[in-house]
Amino acid sequence: MALLEIAGISKRFGATAAVDDVSLSIERGAFYALLGPSGCGKTTLLRMIAGLDAPDGGRIVVDGTDVTRLPPYERPVNMMFQSYALFPHMDVARNIAFGLRQERMDGRRIAARVEEMLALVQMAGYERRRPHQLSGGQRQRVALARALAKLPKLLLLDEPLAALDRRLRAETRLELIGIQQRVGITFLVVTHDQEEALSMASRVAVMNRGRLAQTGTPAEIYERPASRFVADFVGEMNLFEGELTAGFNCLALAARSLGRQVPLPPGTKLPEGGAAALAVRPEKMVLSDVRPAGFAIAAAVSSISYLGGGSMIHFTTERGMLLKAYVPGAASDHLRRGMAVWASWPLEAGVVLTQ
Amino acid sequence: MLGFGFLYAPIVLLVLYSFNASRLVTVWGGFSPRWYGALFRNEAFGAAALTSLEVAAAAATLSLVLGTFAGFSMARFGRFPGRLVFGFLLLAPLIVPEVILGLSLLLLFVACQSWFGWPSRGMLTIMVAHATFGGCFVSVLVRAQLAGFDRALEEAALDLGARPWTVLARITLPGIRPALLAGWLLAFTLSLDDLVIASFVTGPAATTLPMAVFSSVRLGVSPEVNALATMFLAAVFVLVALAGWLMARQERRRQTTPRIRPI
Repeated sequence: MALLEIAGISKRFGATAAVDDVSLSIERGAFYALLGPSGCGKTTLLRMIAGLDAPDGGRIVVDGTDVTRLPPYERPVNMMFQSYALFPHMDVARNIAFGLRQERMDGRRIAARVEEMLALVQMAGYERRRPHQLSGGQRQRVALARALAKLPKLLLLDEPLAALDRRLRAETRLELIGIQQRVGITFLVVTHDQEEALSMASRVAVMNRGRLAQTGTPAEIYERPASRFVADFVGEMNLFEGELTAGFNCLALAARSLGRQVPLPPGTKLPEGGAAALAVRPEKMVLSDVRPAGFAIAAAVSSISYLGGGSMIHFTTERGMLLKAYVPGAASDHLRRGMAVWASWPLEAGVVLTQ
Repeated sequence: MLGFGFLYAPIVLLVLYSFNASRLVTVWGGFSPRWYGALFRNEAFGAAALTSLEVAAAAATLSLVLGTFAGFSMARFGRFPGRLVFGFLLLAPLIVPEVILGLSLLLLFVACQSWFGWPSRGMLTIMVAHATFGGCFVSVLVRAQLAGFDRALEEAALDLGARPWTVLARITLPGIRPALLAGWLLAFTLSLDDLVIASFVTGPAATTLPMAVFSSVRLGVSPEVNALATMFLAAVFVLVALAGWLMARQERRRQTTPRIRPI
């Protein structure tokens, strides 16, 4: 049975539905990411699991126990806050011990657990420091240690890396994965950063406007987005909007912005005449200066951004549609601004979206 | 500058003349601490000072309790019915002239005494009167500090298994401690300073220090009063400075806590 079962949970703030009939199930030991733009309701969902906000409807079941009506202090769930929320008038050791004290744990066991937690987050020796004497990264570690100290069944992390600078963020991401594997506690991370979600999580749920847009493994989310929103929000994407029409013995898309037909992946089975979009990742795009055999779009290079490992080429079609292609290495060797190119992609790399 | 001169020159003179050896208040007769000695031997002033301190301590403590409740109600209970009226009533004693406050409280105490036979006017009535307006000052400070208090701290404590009363005792009250200390000190100082309200609501038995000074000045200013005023000034200055320092230190701390970067 799943560790966390959420069934039809909703929460309204005034006239807006922050969370709208969300159902979700998280397996024991998972590293689960809740991904969405700010204001999509992901933090509200997290706060309802923690018991800090009361849902208007639905059920939350943790490890077989219905916790929907339980106050936060009676739930086997702990949370790491985005602001860390370290108690400023307590030192590091007392911050970490706070939750254990509430359980009336024996003093010696508390000391041992605090030491263990500090070692886990590599903060041994900082017991007597106050939060304001720590750097941002150190505070983040203490907050993690405090939330883990009670060994909850489920750990909720609200934007755990958002307050760190870029370099530290990449490092801490790896550490979080390591810590999760060592303690074996189920993690539920809320993030707006798709790179973070894809790289850390074993499963990802994408939220939009209070609803679940898609759930799946990071690869499924990236390779097989279920809707235009997911395709556009997760990673870079070229989207061709149009109408399904009959092409050469197969279905094609009359793309409005191109003014011509675009072939769909072979085996696409959809009724003719419906509206749909074809999504193609920039790294699937192939640019060449000679017209390739088969389908290709004529375009002109409008900008080249060198990103280190590769380059993002922006190019404009004859009808003025802006497209992106990602090519490995420094593209400026063989491409220049204003150059005429032909863009194409392997047909099976496209994804047809109807939602 | 001229304004400050008008304000502080007399005070500086008063302090200087408290060390005057001469019996005449206006003639400099050389340096001497003799009036401080005389002051300590003056039993009327001594008893009045003791009364004042007792009243001030009790009034400040009562102010702290009432003001903290009021501050929490204003900062935390959302839009309860009558919130606006309650907020205005909390500020009113800070604006209403002391004479009116004193007179109205006197009428209340007289009525109470004739109906219930209690309280007889004296230290208790002064203390209650001082607590009414002291509580308002405390509530303003507590409310302001609660407004800047990070609710996530309370949520984190709840999340870690603390019950609401534990959260209040272990997280919220320690968090607003500077406002509580400053509020107590402010209420204490105000009570110590007050002449008008105390004169209204006192009975025959209780004389506070400002009342004793005022009645002695009416018989002619003695250099002893200068010495007393200097000591009072020093005490009030220290208390107010302490209250200010506590608030400033808290403000600095708050600025060094992490800010969440907007996303």
